[in-house]
Amino acid sequence: MPIFIDRRLNPKDKSLGNRQRFLRRAREDLKRSIRDKVRTGGIAELDREHAVPMPRKGTDEPSFGDDRQSGRRQHILPGNKTFSPGDLIDKPGGGGGYGSAPGTTESEDDFRFVLSREEVLDLFFEDLELPDLVKLNLKQILSFKPRRAGFAASGAPTNINVGRTMRNSHGRRIALRRPKQAEVDEIARQIAELEAKPASAAVRERITALREELERLERRRRRIAYVDPVDIRFNRFDPQPVPNANAVMFCLMDVSGSMGEREKDLAKRFFVLLHLFLTRRYERIEVVFIRHTHQAKEVDEQTFFYHTESGGTVVSTALEEMHRIIKERYPVAEWNIYAAQASDGDNFATDSERCIELLDRKLMRLCQYFAYVEIIDERESHIFGSTENGTSLWRAYNAVDGKWPNFQMRRIAAPADIYPVFRELFARQPALRKSA
Amino acid sequence: MVSQARKSELLFSGSDWNFAKLSRVYDEIEALGTEELGLDIYPVQMEVISSEQMLDAYSSVGMPLMYRHWSFGKRFLYDEFLYRKGARGLAYELVINSNPCIVYLMEENTMALQALVTAHAALGHNHFFKNNHLFRQWTDAGGILSYLDFAKGYIARCEERHGLAAVEAILDSAHALMEQGVFRYHRPPKLSSEQQREGLRERLEYEERSFSDLWRTLPPSQGKTKPEVGDEILAERKKSLKLPEENLLYFLEKNSLVLEPWQREIVRIVRVIAQYFYPQRQTQVMNEGCATFVHYTIMNTLFDRGRISEGAMLEILRNHSNVVFQPTYDDPRYSGINPYALGLDMMQDIQRISTVPTAEDRDWFPDIAGRGDWRDTLLDAWANHRDESFIRQYLSPALIRKWRLFVLADGADEPHYEVASIHNERGYARIRSALAQSYDIGASRPDIQVVDVDLLGDRHLRLQHKVKDGIMLEGQSRDATLRHIRNLWGYEVSLAAIDAGTGATLSERWTKEL
Repeated sequence: MPIFIDRRLNPKDKSLGNRQRFLRRAREDLKRSIRDKVRTGGIAELDREHAVPMPRKGTDEPSFGDDRQSGRRQHILPGNKTFSPGDLIDKPGGGGGYGSAPGTTESEDDFRFVLSREEVLDLFFEDLELPDLVKLNLKQILSFKPRRAGFAASGAPTNINVGRTMRNSHGRRIALRRPKQAEVDEIARQIAELEAKPASAAVRERITALREELERLERRRRRIAYVDPVDIRFNRFDPQPVPNANAVMFCLMDVSGSMGEREKDLAKRFFVLLHLFLTRRYERIEVVFIRHTHQAKEVDEQTFFYHTESGGTVVSTALEEMHRIIKERYPVAEWNIYAAQASDGDNFATDSERCIELLDRKLMRLCQYFAYVEIIDERESHIFGSTENGTSLWRAYNAVDGKWPNFQMRRIAAPADIYPVFRELFARQPALRKSA
Repeated sequence: MVSQARKSELLFSGSDWNFAKLSRVYDEIEALGTEELGLDIYPVQMEVISSEQMLDAYSSVGMPLMYRHWSFGKRFLYDEFLYRKGARGLAYELVINSNPCIVYLMEENTMALQALVTAHAALGHNHFFKNNHLFRQWTDAGGILSYLDFAKGYIARCEERHGLAAVEAILDSAHALMEQGVFRYHRPPKLSSEQQREGLRERLEYEERSFSDLWRTLPPSQGKTKPEVGDEILAERKKSLKLPEENLLYFLEKNSLVLEPWQREIVRIVRVIAQYFYPQRQTQVMNEGCATFVHYTIMNTLFDRGRISEGAMLEILRNHSNVVFQPTYDDPRYSGINPYALGLDMMQDIQRISTVPTAEDRDWFPDIAGRGDWRDTLLDAWANHRDESFIRQYLSPALIRKWRLFVLADGADEPHYEVASIHNERGYARIRSALAQSYDIGASRPDIQVVDVDLLGDRHLRLQHKVKDGIMLEGQSRDATLRHIRNLWGYEVSLAAIDAGTGATLSERWTKEL
């Protein structure tokens, strides 16, 4: 008799430590994969698992091996059908040969594996240099609050819904014709009446009949319970995310020719980060994409990031379009409005005044938060050390910045510059949580 | 008698298994194996695991315990990918050469499959591990689990103390040399016992604790005969190097001048594990053949005695034929010779030669043909051979014809292959020899040795690669591996390619050129 050990209940993920070591090893490659995902995918898509190709750099395990392109060797193969000694067979192209081992390298090419949501976010955050507390906040799934949602047939005794239970019990009692208390009382009363009368044969017979009837009714009442386990209903609770509100996020971007690949990539990360933040706080988020040259248009995400359009730059058109959309579709009473604008700072000279006016008079009253990033060349970043000077749009927005605390602006040249734009937003978060 | 009454009973019915059934089946199979086939096995420990745990076990080279390293994580992801994609099923079982012999059974298996696996692993592999001379001499089945436990703990402590990166660097380098980290020709020193290791560790710890930096600041003692003492030590050390040395990891562990004690211990751990697996790689055909032959024989006997239902037997046979399927060379599924198929066919061939030999068999195998004692012949072969010698000894012309084996000569600089031998009178001996040759690990892996090191001078480590049949090393991986050797050695390393026939130097690669 052998020893049996049932290991099925042992902790799983025995190789988790190895996985972590592997991910750390391949970090740079994986980061590049995630960066590509951000570049090609939608801004709402980051926040989940992703399949990534096997990293190549830093994960090969070298050892001394034979060079297949040199020397003389012999292959022993089964299944000869027509060959005789001395026959010559042309080599197939590529030189692998019949006898070579099955190509693990081939299948490793399309070998992809899945990174969990946390791992994806970690890799995304790395470039952005987010503080740890913020990272934790963004990675956390929301806390849930139970909310009443109908009834269930099973549950804890404390959750019994008495009204619903009694209604079921009543229906069942009627359907099964459970004798009512009144009927029983009535027969008992008749018996008592008859027993008071002088006893004749007819009366005695009547009493016996009534007693039998009473007996039958009571048996029936015992058999058909007043409240049966099948009647019982429980209150059902559904976990609901705590901040239960809607938010709309406006992405505004200048798409004139001066915005190149690098600029758009940075802008996209800026939008992704805001979106991530909003998904943590709001149950439902809509994203509106507005792009503009000298005229603004609401577009879908694909067009927003990948279509270029030529034309001048009139920023106020985008702000007007945003204002129009808010009025039409997103009443302030129901929606939390966030806006993120990315631009290279070019604007039609006389238009900046109009922008100030639009923001100051209309938009800033409606928005929870308005973040503006100006994407500049890395070489320029140290020249524009002081925030005073700059493009016309920058100077104009500077005026708004001083006036409204929920307005943030920043020049960015690298991914790590993005986070400070939102610093205010993230810093406010714990306070908001408490009040929520 | 009770046994008489039980004889007609089925051992199990239905496809679900439970521990009572497993135990009943095991007892029956063990009795059959030891009595009918004369098997001699370690006690068995059967562990039921889920598919995820099987994947876990895959990634740690099949061992229940393993230290942590990123390459195992990579293996896991790769295995998981193939499994999820459906490109590859999981093994039904995994068996570990230890005492007691650990057999993993997958919980998804049906009862018929569990019976098959029990006969295959718990009897077949187990007998082979216990009796084959390679395993007996070169591995320590009783000590391997406690050694792995020590290794895992030791490396985890090193990670804590010296950091993940430092440990990883040493492991990477040592892993690159695993192929060159075995003793091929002389027996490895026995694993030191637990106590000895404990003593060694205590001594190291004592040295670390009592280390005082003050000693370094003392002025060197004057006028002593120090240089002479140094000369003596160095001369002695050079003598004790015992060059040439084929086990690079052993050489580096003992002689590297830059490794710290803990780094030496890690190199040693990798070397011990490489050595432990070396017999398995030399006996693939025999090991799988033995297990397959045993399960096939036992299952058929059980069926003949009416202990297994026809339905279960059909399932067993279907799985059996999947395992021993051998496509021909022009089949898209062909991926080399299936060791299960070759092993089983050869062993059944021995059975045939013993019982109903032809005139040809009497010619080729006068010792065993017609003797009828195939059990003894097989037990003897299992105990005393490895793949190479087994094929050289027992591959019969009948089997070569059945498999229609042929040999292709492949010169890298020629535009075509040449058919060198086929399954005819002139080819039998050559095919047998060529096939045996291809299973000789020692001959088919690059032969790299330490030939010289000038410890007194620049400490330049000279390696030599004996080039056989003009087969050179692949350049990129060679350079990467040399870099790893340099990491472990700390000084210049060079690798010369020497033609084994003529002794001419074909090329030389220095780490400073990298």
